[in-house]
Amino acid sequence: MRCRKCRAPAWLDLPRHRTAFCREHFLDYFRDQVTRAIREWRMICPGERVLVAVSGGKDSLALWDVLLELGYPADGLFIGLGIGGYSSRSREKTLAFARSRGAKLLVVDLEERWKGVEELARRARRVPCSACGLVKRYLFNRVAREEGYEVVATGHNLDDEAASLLGNVLRWQTGYLARQSPVLPEEEGFARKVKPLVRLTERETAAYAFTRGIDYVLEECPLAAGASSLLYKEVLNRLELESPGTKQQFLQGFLERVRPWFEEKEAGPELRPCLTCGQPTTAGVCAFCRLLERAGVKSGESPDLEVKGEEAASFG
Amino acid sequence: MRVKVPIPEPREYRIPGPKRVEEVVREVGLNPESVIVIRGESLLPRDALLEDEAEIEIRPAISGGM
Repeated sequence: MRCRKCRAPAWLDLPRHRTAFCREHFLDYFRDQVTRAIREWRMICPGERVLVAVSGGKDSLALWDVLLELGYPADGLFIGLGIGGYSSRSREKTLAFARSRGAKLLVVDLEERWKGVEELARRARRVPCSACGLVKRYLFNRVAREEGYEVVATGHNLDDEAASLLGNVLRWQTGYLARQSPVLPEEEGFARKVKPLVRLTERETAAYAFTRGIDYVLEECPLAAGASSLLYKEVLNRLELESPGTKQQFLQGFLERVRPWFEEKEAGPELRPCLTCGQPTTAGVCAFCRLLERAGVKSGESPDLEVKGEEAASFG
Repeated sequence: MRVKVPIPEPREYRIPGPKRVEEVVREVGLNPESVIVIRGESLLPRDALLEDEAEIEIRPAISGGM
């Protein structure tokens, strides 16, 4: 197999595009796909500041790396979730990456401020992944708004989005289908949320991270074992192997032809400030504050945040 | 050849060569669509031929936390 562009020996084959690239042309391809996603969905406008949600895994670090490479003003936000050694290793890798790129990293420590996500989920009797997702969405948005970032970027890739779509279709969750998009526009109290890796598969993101020498956390979150998203990804990859391009067609077809219909039918409920923390919500008290309340943590008090700026320069 | 798979638990296999990358990936029970294959500082495409004395890492690319 040889590179489609220069005929050098291939570095990575891409069956869904019936092609292969050498190292340099694979990096070009990756950056080009990110640029196309950003343009197609108008994810980032000139002059806007981007907050990248970083976990220490391959997707978020690859995203941060490629945005910096493309010249976007992108800082990182790491949330210490308090999942034992996994969280501390993730934090170390994220810090090392920020230091190596001279980039600015913000940190919010969930365990220090409230409780770790596992403890919160246990006390509130919620599935850990669901509590974790809720906490992360809340904090990414809140930190972005309070620290003056217009855009929150997450490392969701084509596999994540296709798996999420499959899950939503299997349960016909029409509200989620109406909102599933590579970009969620800004609205009162919410920063714009964007997924610039949406055109790239998980395998391509892993290949990019390896090629760029990014030292990421290889291990899976211990709380994610048995998550349905992993099963959906496995099923989709079995289909992909037999019929390359399936995942992309599934997601793209939905975004182009089906989602507009759901969006039209499912008008979102009105937003108002949470009675506890003031963040936007469709209920009286937002889901994050309700989680804290159910977990018996600082019930009824405004959950003020402490954001630690971990300037990469100070570690140099 | 020596084949290392680092996650979820580190595993190591001895597989006779020569063989194509794709065959080796399938032989250890993984889907070529969900892994990258590494030799030293390089990635290997699915059709690369691995000799009997090759040492490679098959690194799963799939993560569940969203």
